[in-house]
Amino acid sequence: MNLPAAEWYDLRDLNGISRLITEWVADWGPDWLASILTGVIGALGVLAIIGPTLLILIWLERKVIARMQARIGPNRVGPVGLLQPVADAVKLILKEELAPRAADKWVFFLPPVLIFVPAILIWGVLPFGPNMSVADLEMGVLFLVAISGVNVLVVFMAGWAQNNKYALFGAMRVIAMSISYEIPVVLSLLALVFFTGTLSVNGIVLWQQANDVVLFLIFPMSALMFLFGSTAELNRTPADISEAESEIVAGYHTEYSGMRFGLFYAVELANTLAISAFFATFFLGGWWLWGLDQWVPSWLILLAKTGLMYFVFIWLRGTLPRLRLDQLMSFCWKFFVPVGLVFLAVAATQRTLLIELGWDPAVALPIYAVINWGIAGAGVAIYARTAASPAQRLPSRPVMARGRLGGLRAARELADAGSGD
Amino acid sequence: MTSILDATALADRLGAACPGAVAAVAPGELRLHREHLIDAVRFLRDDPESDLVFLSGLTAVDRETHFDVVVHLQSLDHNHLLTVKVEADHDEPVVPSLTALYRGAHLQEREVFDLMGIRFEGHPDLRRMFLWDGFPGYPLRKDFLGMPGQLKAGLPGFPHESGDNAWPVPGTGPRPGGAPIVPGGSP
Amino acid sequence: MTSGTPTGVTPGAAEGGFGPNEPVVVNLGPQHPSTHGVFRLKATLDGERVIDADMIIGYLHRSMEKLAEERTFTQNIPFTDRIDYLAAMSNNLAYCLAVEKLCGIEVPPRAQAIRILFAELQRLASHAMANGTFANDCGAWQTPLFHMFRERERILDMFEMTCGARLTTNYMRIGGVAFDLPPELLPALRSFLDDLPGKIEEYRDLLLGNEILVARSRDVGVIDAEGAVNASLAGPVLRATGVPWDIRKADPYSGYEAFDFDIPVGRNGDCYDRFLVRMEEVRQSVQILEQLIDNIPGGAWLAELPLHLRPPEGEAYARVESPRGELGFYVVSDGGPTPYRFHCRAPSLINLTALREMTIGGTLADAIVTLGSIDIVVGEIDR
Repeated sequence: MNLPAAEWYDLRDLNGISRLITEWVADWGPDWLASILTGVIGALGVLAIIGPTLLILIWLERKVIARMQARIGPNRVGPVGLLQPVADAVKLILKEELAPRAADKWVFFLPPVLIFVPAILIWGVLPFGPNMSVADLEMGVLFLVAISGVNVLVVFMAGWAQNNKYALFGAMRVIAMSISYEIPVVLSLLALVFFTGTLSVNGIVLWQQANDVVLFLIFPMSALMFLFGSTAELNRTPADISEAESEIVAGYHTEYSGMRFGLFYAVELANTLAISAFFATFFLGGWWLWGLDQWVPSWLILLAKTGLMYFVFIWLRGTLPRLRLDQLMSFCWKFFVPVGLVFLAVAATQRTLLIELGWDPAVALPIYAVINWGIAGAGVAIYARTAASPAQRLPSRPVMARGRLGGLRAARELADAGSGD
Repeated sequence: MTSILDATALADRLGAACPGAVAAVAPGELRLHREHLIDAVRFLRDDPESDLVFLSGLTAVDRETHFDVVVHLQSLDHNHLLTVKVEADHDEPVVPSLTALYRGAHLQEREVFDLMGIRFEGHPDLRRMFLWDGFPGYPLRKDFLGMPGQLKAGLPGFPHESGDNAWPVPGTGPRPGGAPIVPGGSP
Repeated sequence: MTSGTPTGVTPGAAEGGFGPNEPVVVNLGPQHPSTHGVFRLKATLDGERVIDADMIIGYLHRSMEKLAEERTFTQNIPFTDRIDYLAAMSNNLAYCLAVEKLCGIEVPPRAQAIRILFAELQRLASHAMANGTFANDCGAWQTPLFHMFRERERILDMFEMTCGARLTTNYMRIGGVAFDLPPELLPALRSFLDDLPGKIEEYRDLLLGNEILVARSRDVGVIDAEGAVNASLAGPVLRATGVPWDIRKADPYSGYEAFDFDIPVGRNGDCYDRFLVRMEEVRQSVQILEQLIDNIPGGAWLAELPLHLRPPEGEAYARVESPRGELGFYVVSDGGPTPYRFHCRAPSLINLTALREMTIGGTLADAIVTLGSIDIVVGEIDR
């Protein structure tokens, strides 16, 4: 926290306003009032940043995807279609909300509301600046992991209550996949925690600041595991099997219409935004950017990094097909979990060497980075070699008949000739 | 270029292997007896010289006195085509199913059953395909929708033609050159 | 999705509770994002694994074969557009060939060249659609589809400038084609052919080398060559099993024997091979068009025919290689102005013969990919 205590109007540290108010309240009021006020101001602040950002990012997602798909995208409502998300929201609110007669009423109505709780809570531990967490918990990483696990229950409630087989399939897939992919996500975060020696989210950013390095460079495999594992937990391509449109229509929210669907949709985007922000925090230095955070408001730096990661998510969605459930599972259990355990050991060893032997971080960290990139590359290469089935190794060019024509006899001749090539 | 199989020579060989199967021979066309259909077609399929392994098409024509089940068989390696025809009764149309020999006949026989009402004996799953169960009648039959005294499908002539070939007027006489109108609706 | 308990059919339930492997019946369709029309696949699932699949069709049945018996031979050409609405030109062509065979009509050389031109353009358009939707079925979020549509759009523009229609063209006539080529067509085709090979390479990079697509479609929906021939499969589905069978080579029509092109075949008979074969056929079609574009002969584009066409009594079976496979028309005439019998050998329908075998044992996701790789057009299935 090398920033000087700023004036309350300093845009670099929005905490100043809150501090001013709490100090004023503490002068005449009880302590608990000040605490509650801080919480409320923090929550409002977070919502004030996230809400507009979300609207802009929805627009951005549709626009970027449209460009990737050789179309223009929304351009009718407002300047360059900027008001499109608002129009969508209004439309969804005005739509009739249908519920299947055979649905389990209470369990059907609750999930769209409940799913908002973890989506909002998760922002509590995100540091927007050196002093700008709503709650800078000592065990912030644990809190993050615990909160993101709540989603699964809500989604299962939704999938079960609709009395729809597609929804049930979607919910089952979410459960199987989320529970599996929580392990690599936790393992990747655990490696960071081992290495930096703190469970506080802000502590990890401060470690990166202290060592002048982003953790992405030192733990590339953890970054990949976190990224891919969170696409699985977020149900985004290439792991969007729980709402795979071409298979199970809309997955766990098939029967939800109107704003109930809108809430699921908004939460999905908010979660994507949150995971982008956490990726930026854990692996890209969060609000810190090699001293630039002294001059530019730190929350803007975080938003920029978040936007970058969000773009990566959009990009993945725009280009990749979807994996199958069993392929996702085997990727998780056969690759991510073992590799995650290896990196856990690596992180612990490297941390111990750094502490016990007192190596100079400026020398040790580049060496660690080289070693870790090497292990990661080797792991990916070995998995890519061994995972492909014989058919998947076949060339991606067809056999040309070259004048042959006929039935099974010609097919045999061609196969023989083709294998001789 | 796909050649048309010499049906006469083939009929001789088929007659030797499966006596009594051939009912009539035309260029590129064999008319088989339905009692021997399976054996004869199996011979045509397995005989290396004819090698008709590919069932290109299976359909039926309502000839009003009987049905013709028309099968186009193709040899891929020899690249020749043979038309096989089998007659079915008009009142009780039953033909042995070719599904045991060609799985490709499966859906086509179901289609013929659905639209023409010919029952294929030995078909594993003979259900209506396009129309719903309980649909009255078989629409591709010539007498389907033939109201009493009205014309069946087909125009007797072009518009503005004179005489017998005039544009049809309901209830006026048979189609020139055609068979008499079959009164009565579909079953 | 029909109503009912989430667990669906419960054979074990009557004997006392839930068995360990209780099958679930899921109706994919008639309205479903991936069934490409009103097609219903009734899949019985054990978990995610398909243990039985039954298709229920007929939602688009228009009884064209019956309707065609009440219209003159020429009036039936628009029907053929609506049989396979993604390959209207091929269907026009097949029907006209059948009637010409029946009447013994000679088609002028210019008309033959124009027919090949549009049949191949139609193949490009249809394969663009098939490949795009296949990628969609594999879970790509619309991107390949839109890119393929971009190319298809240019082809449909060419159709429009020639005959005024984009989808149901009604362009071929018995004895030739309806209109001569407009002067702006050949320049448009030229620039299209110049652009397309580069675009095809882009799609190869985007899709064929994509590990996820390979993982999703390799070893999925496999059928071997014997099974494919026995099940009368045709077109890319047959060729993907390694059988080099293409009507354009085997039974050349409309002058295809003069063109130099090759038949791509697959190695494994799986969904990826079907996709691969279609991608390569696009290149072969471009090759045909390149040979054709500067060599279109002059002269008449429609044969002299009597206005009142009464084919002699008899029957004819003519077939073409439509984008979906062997498309045949069996036309019987009794000497009257209308066909006595009009039958279409629909490749979409017959290619579905093997669907059950291909899907059983795979997962639900595999079934979708398999269905997409067969490339059905429901208008052609139901007619």
